[in-house]
Amino acid sequence: MKNSIGREIPESVINGLELYQGPFAKNGEVKKAAPKVKPAKPGESKLVSSIEEAIVKCGLRDGMTISFHHHFREGDYILNMVVDAIAKLGIKNLTLASSSLGSVHSPLVKHIKNGVITKITTSGLRGALAEEISRGLMNEPVIIRSHGGRARAIEAGDIKIDLAFLGASSSDEYGNASGARGKAICGSLGYARVDADYADKVVIITDTLVDFPNVPASIPQTKVDYVVRVDEIGNPSGIASGATRFTKNPKELLIAEYASRVIIESGYFKDGFSFQTGSGGSALAVSRFLRNEMIKQGITASFALGGITKPMVEMLEEGLIKNLFDVQSFDLVAADSISRNERHHEIDASFYANPHNRGCIANNLDVVILSALEIDTDFNINVMTGSDGVMRGASGGHCDTAAGAKLTVIVAPLIRGRIPTVVDSVNTVITPGETIDVLVTDHGIAVNPRRTDLIERFMNVSIPVYTIEQLKERAESIVGKPDPIEYEDQVVGIVEYRDGTIIDVVRKVK
Amino acid sequence: MERLRRTMMFVPGSNPGMVKDAYIYGSDSIMFDLEDAVALTEKDSARFLVYNAIKTLDYGDKEIVVRINGLDTPYGRDDIEAVVRAGVDVIRLPKTEAREDVIAVDEVIEEVERKIGREIGSTKMMAAIESPLGVLNAYSIATASKRLIGIALGAEDYVTNMKTKRYPDGLELLGARSQIVMAARAAGIYAIDTVYTDVDNEEGFRKEVELIKQLGFDGKSVINPRQIPLVHEIYTPTQDEIQKAIKVVRAAREAEEKGLGVISLNGKMIDKPIVERAERILQLAVASGVYKEGMENEK
Amino acid sequence: MKLIKRAVAGTLESSDIQVIIEPREEACIEIELKSSVEKQFGRQIRRVIRETLEALGVENARVIATDRGALDCTIRARVLCAAYRASGIKGKYDWEVIDKWNA
Repeated sequence: MKNSIGREIPESVINGLELYQGPFAKNGEVKKAAPKVKPAKPGESKLVSSIEEAIVKCGLRDGMTISFHHHFREGDYILNMVVDAIAKLGIKNLTLASSSLGSVHSPLVKHIKNGVITKITTSGLRGALAEEISRGLMNEPVIIRSHGGRARAIEAGDIKIDLAFLGASSSDEYGNASGARGKAICGSLGYARVDADYADKVVIITDTLVDFPNVPASIPQTKVDYVVRVDEIGNPSGIASGATRFTKNPKELLIAEYASRVIIESGYFKDGFSFQTGSGGSALAVSRFLRNEMIKQGITASFALGGITKPMVEMLEEGLIKNLFDVQSFDLVAADSISRNERHHEIDASFYANPHNRGCIANNLDVVILSALEIDTDFNINVMTGSDGVMRGASGGHCDTAAGAKLTVIVAPLIRGRIPTVVDSVNTVITPGETIDVLVTDHGIAVNPRRTDLIERFMNVSIPVYTIEQLKERAESIVGKPDPIEYEDQVVGIVEYRDGTIIDVVRKVK
Repeated sequence: MERLRRTMMFVPGSNPGMVKDAYIYGSDSIMFDLEDAVALTEKDSARFLVYNAIKTLDYGDKEIVVRINGLDTPYGRDDIEAVVRAGVDVIRLPKTEAREDVIAVDEVIEEVERKIGREIGSTKMMAAIESPLGVLNAYSIATASKRLIGIALGAEDYVTNMKTKRYPDGLELLGARSQIVMAARAAGIYAIDTVYTDVDNEEGFRKEVELIKQLGFDGKSVINPRQIPLVHEIYTPTQDEIQKAIKVVRAAREAEEKGLGVISLNGKMIDKPIVERAERILQLAVASGVYKEGMENEK
Repeated sequence: MKLIKRAVAGTLESSDIQVIIEPREEACIEIELKSSVEKQFGRQIRRVIRETLEALGVENARVIATDRGALDCTIRARVLCAAYRASGIKGKYDWEVIDKWNA
């Protein structure tokens, strides 16, 4: 069956799920799930001596769902330690509901082969794990969810977490956990907070036990069953880089300059506006251009959102941005700023982007700048599968912020190596084209024809404006027409839109 | 309209990634280098690469320039043969010291043009002057061939020969720059300034561009795409300049329509040079995207 | 064109292709290609290598190519260069031939 953007979804995977019908088509009342809570009596200790003990005390059994957060990124030791421990205990057939997975999690391949993990839901997949899954490692397709979509799924009970293993940079013995203080800091624990709210059992794992009370806490004691101290939660350099630097790559700067002009001329760039930029080269550099223009025009932003980086913190401290809403801190400067700056707010994934709460902050966004691996002539975006059809990306907050923001700008080079970015049809749709407004490439921009208002505005701006078809043809005239990737019928991934409907599937690569 | 040559971006002819992308940065001209940027062992591969790129890729309205190796090297002849066949717009000669250097290249170009049936004279040339002798011969060089569209200063060799180095204020180049601009103007061709190599020093670069604009240069050679917007910005007329220029050009057109020999604006007489300057300002404004062509005709 | 020795042109940088050409006994062009864009462009890359060599009149060659996303014009340039190097010709290229198939 085809969904409303024409992606073919096989009957076998639909299985009671709904097909995507539009960004806000599914907007009825929802009922929230609630966790089971085992009360803690005075005098009871939450501190256990090992991960194994925590697993046993929580009563983990075959077929349950476990969860992790990805705030430690490629430096994470927690997930591998826990799954190893679970495997040793002989528990099998688990669902892994991580907020995301990286290259560091390639040992999972072994645990999928030995039956410990049989289902996965995640935002991203990278490295050997992603390769193997793309080649058909799992019997059950992975469910790809956006950050907002995951929060929605947890709140709705679509993901029922039995046991959440949440790494924290520091914690006290009673479970007040922080990402902003400790030996290896990650800043915001925004994704983990949803797990802490809705899991039946919550275990905090830290390498820095501190005196009670460890406040302010990202996750408070009321949500935590057990606390485990380990030697190391992760590799600090993999968890957060020192400071995100601006690119010097001329092509990325050119794209950033075009994107900033698009924003400045869009009508949304005015005092009190709000924005989100990614951490990629071009997206980040946009903030530098915007900063200069804000100073020139004497305007300030009411808030900046998202993954927060050093340049954002600097703009906060300069008074150019009034508030930072931080679901994930991308570098040490940002991670540290949460404790230093009163107006740097740690937010959870639901507040960030859940479409089915009473209003996430993505709804308040004026402008978001996002990247793309591929974009098609319907403006549909792929940030998940590489041009060879293998998964190597993450859904992230892409479709969430695109749906929420008044102006969604995609920044991408027209060509990467010999691979065109603008194509007839993307390998995998993560974000529907109806939520995308402008594509900015190094060759020029294309405006979604739905936005006639913007097309008019950009007529007198000195940026090359094309139709998206023209950009596609331009790319093809340079690199030639690529042969399409050949897939088999087996579905290895289901892409859920943020509202829980199926927007696309990823098939096994031939 | 005269062609703008505010920026001529150097691209190493041996680097396929840069050769492929060169035109997206908006320089007025792109100069593929077969000379100093290419190792002696890769002269052949760079030549084949540039040949195939010019022949195949669509560089739009960009002027394509190739800096060849001199005819006193084993590579110069093959370079000329390859790029003329590829359809290059302009061949840039390095280290030009005398008019004979220009004439010698002119003859080889003509030979190739004849052989392949390309219109004789359609391949243009520019000469880079990189020595004190070249500077002294600037006018003689600038008038050596009808193919010449411009002369350029190459400062690195020049300052070495002059037993000095490059200083932030550029005083050591003042003589050479003045001589080259004068020679170019006397010959009715373009004057292009040398490169500025300290890519991260935006302030120094800005000062140098302002200086060469003041001296009368048409533009500058650039070695990093990031330098392009700054040159264009400095060469972009201000709104005030544009508004004044519109008034001058309108007054001149009105005088022409009425058959008047004397142009006057607000009761003052306007000389021809002022009209020419105003026209040049509007041209620059159009090229810089701050003004739409022909708007001075609207009332 | 007769190949007399093994020769290489191009680099392993992004957007480039390294082409090694060596003469072989049998009259046939054998191409070993490794490419970062094999799935999308492998077929085209092999075709361009073959056509370039055929236009030069090379009939017996083994080509080992490592591609990093080079465009057709770069592939042609590298094959041309490697072939001329393998034939021992320096300068004095037959531009008539090069021009003709490359029009």
